[in-house]
Amino acid sequence: MAVRTFIEAIREGLRDEMRRDASVVVLGEDVGKKGGVFFATDGLWAEFGDDRVIDTPLTESMIAGVSIGAAANGLRPVAEIQFADFIFPAMNQIIEEAARIRYRSNGTFGCGITIRAPFGAGVHGALYHSQSVEAFFAHVPGLKVVIPSTPYDAKGLLRSSIRDPDPVIFLEHKKLYRSVRGEVPDGEYAVPLGRATVTREGSRVTLVAYGLMVHYALDAAARVAGEGIETEVVDLRTIRPLDTETVLASVRKTGKCLVVHEDNRFGGFGAEVGALVAEEAFDYLDGPVTRLAGPESPATPYASVLEDAFLLTPEKIAHAIRTLAAY
Amino acid sequence: MPIPPDPVGRSGLPAARLLEIYRLIALARALDERAWILNRSGRVHFVISAQGHEGAEAGLCAALTPGRDWLLPYYRSLAAVLAFGMTPREVMLAQFGRADDPGSGGRQMPAHYGGAAHRIYTSSSPVGTQALHAAGIALAAKLRCEPQVAVVTMGEGASNQGDVHEALNFAGIHRLPMVLVVENNGYAISVPAEKEVAVRDVAVRAAGYDMPGVIVEGTDVLGCYLAMRDAVARALAGDGPTLIEAKVTRLTGHSSDDQQSKYRTEADLAEGRGRDPLPAFRDELRAAGVLDASTEAAIAAEVRALVDDATDFAEAAAEPDPATLTCHVYAEPAEVSTPAMPATPATSTAPAPPSGRERN
Repeated sequence: MAVRTFIEAIREGLRDEMRRDASVVVLGEDVGKKGGVFFATDGLWAEFGDDRVIDTPLTESMIAGVSIGAAANGLRPVAEIQFADFIFPAMNQIIEEAARIRYRSNGTFGCGITIRAPFGAGVHGALYHSQSVEAFFAHVPGLKVVIPSTPYDAKGLLRSSIRDPDPVIFLEHKKLYRSVRGEVPDGEYAVPLGRATVTREGSRVTLVAYGLMVHYALDAAARVAGEGIETEVVDLRTIRPLDTETVLASVRKTGKCLVVHEDNRFGGFGAEVGALVAEEAFDYLDGPVTRLAGPESPATPYASVLEDAFLLTPEKIAHAIRTLAAY
Repeated sequence: MPIPPDPVGRSGLPAARLLEIYRLIALARALDERAWILNRSGRVHFVISAQGHEGAEAGLCAALTPGRDWLLPYYRSLAAVLAFGMTPREVMLAQFGRADDPGSGGRQMPAHYGGAAHRIYTSSSPVGTQALHAAGIALAAKLRCEPQVAVVTMGEGASNQGDVHEALNFAGIHRLPMVLVVENNGYAISVPAEKEVAVRDVAVRAAGYDMPGVIVEGTDVLGCYLAMRDAVARALAGDGPTLIEAKVTRLTGHSSDDQQSKYRTEADLAEGRGRDPLPAFRDELRAAGVLDASTEAAIAAEVRALVDDATDFAEAAAEPDPATLTCHVYAEPAEVSTPAMPATPATSTAPAPPSGRERN
């Protein structure tokens, strides 16, 4: 099996779907000749041309809205928002339109679009190239929100997203793009939406994470394993729909739940996981459901010392595991 | 700036077609008037009115091809959706919020039209968003080499939204087969045009997007037809989009929850009533010898019967089942039309994931 970086897996997923289905088109800012600012679409314009790889004006609402219309008339658009921080002009189109089209039309129209966006901090992107936006979208019925952590899942989940008949927000932690490698099959495979995976088995603490934080969680789990704390790491992969059974099964086994995300804690996705566990696995709990998340600053500052202070690290996560395990 | 009506002959339309257009205007007006009566008698919750817009819409749509072209309507598009094939019964099913409302099954407020069977795209309440959907539909038509035109309608208030300008820009860049119709009735609820639009004519904005901007008078039904005929020809020839501004009048308040005498003078309202397209087109057809008294009476009787039938039918129709409240949030399994997904790695010959294990 070939070893690929995360960004290569994304690129291959796009390319393979475009080869498989002529109705798949890519649109976004700089996705054409340049191949995207992170090169996620590198080579697609050369292979598929202007009609299927469309450089758009700097108009995020247009990117989402045109995708919605194109999907209504037979295309399968895969939109790229250059940075998740810039998705907010498109929120009206995504939430009021894409998410509600099937419901408001009583099932007579669908909206099969995929919107990809790099998110997350740790690459000196500061306030407006670092944000985590998943909680805004996870709140909305009608959307699916996918956040892969490995090259294998990135490609497999992207293919499932493109084929899905409903709108998918596909969030790629940009720090994974070149820092993570993994085996990716050349052949046809897909990873289903809405299924979490247990990446590491353990008995003392359940650690729920997604995206980059899965890697930090595994690092932290290895650090505390030597101290006799066996941590089970659940990679959600899709946060809406949430695979509640995998989360609950793990917590029922360990009795303790730690949710880790880079996004702000208040009102973040961890609150939903925490509430789920409190409501559905209360009798199994042997400690407080705990959230470890970004601090209460609106986003990540630029200066390295400030950025470092903002970011979660494997050591910070290991500390949270120890604290919860000792409860 | 009234434009003198075209002589009937210039449209090139046969008398029977002209009478169809007149009938459509009369039908839309009668349905709308009935909706107000139903509202004021407590039988429907809400009305948002199309009165005053019908002439422009009927004329514009007469140049379109239902079944081929797409309509992206807004809440004053009653005549347009009828032109595209919605029936009076369907309009009233939506007005009453019934289960068989083809646009939304009673989920949306009345006049939030949609009809997959007629290529009427589903509409929402945030104004102007549909312009981008029209651009997307037109993009798909172009890429798929389908000879279609995407026609999007809105008021001049909505035309100020950023989405509209983003749509015009994109459509201009790609020469998309799209027509933006701005039905300028001079008011965005209570705010007069001079306080919502920096230019007197919305049509001049077209120049910023390298497309023609055409002004038509809403009482000049056949002038509207000719403008759309030209726009469709341009679109189908690959010459790109057109912006048509129809100067219309709003004969009622914004909605059943609005009293426009609070913010409009009597003189203003009287001027508006003087621009009612229904009597204007009727007089034009009479003068041209197309509409005689007996035909007029027959159309009036037919329209009355259709509205009565639609009202009775919709009022007696079943309400939505509360058990369906959370249906169609996502595609039901039967709606998933994508090619069958290959088996997941755990059960296929494809290699297993490099780490972790599937649950469920």
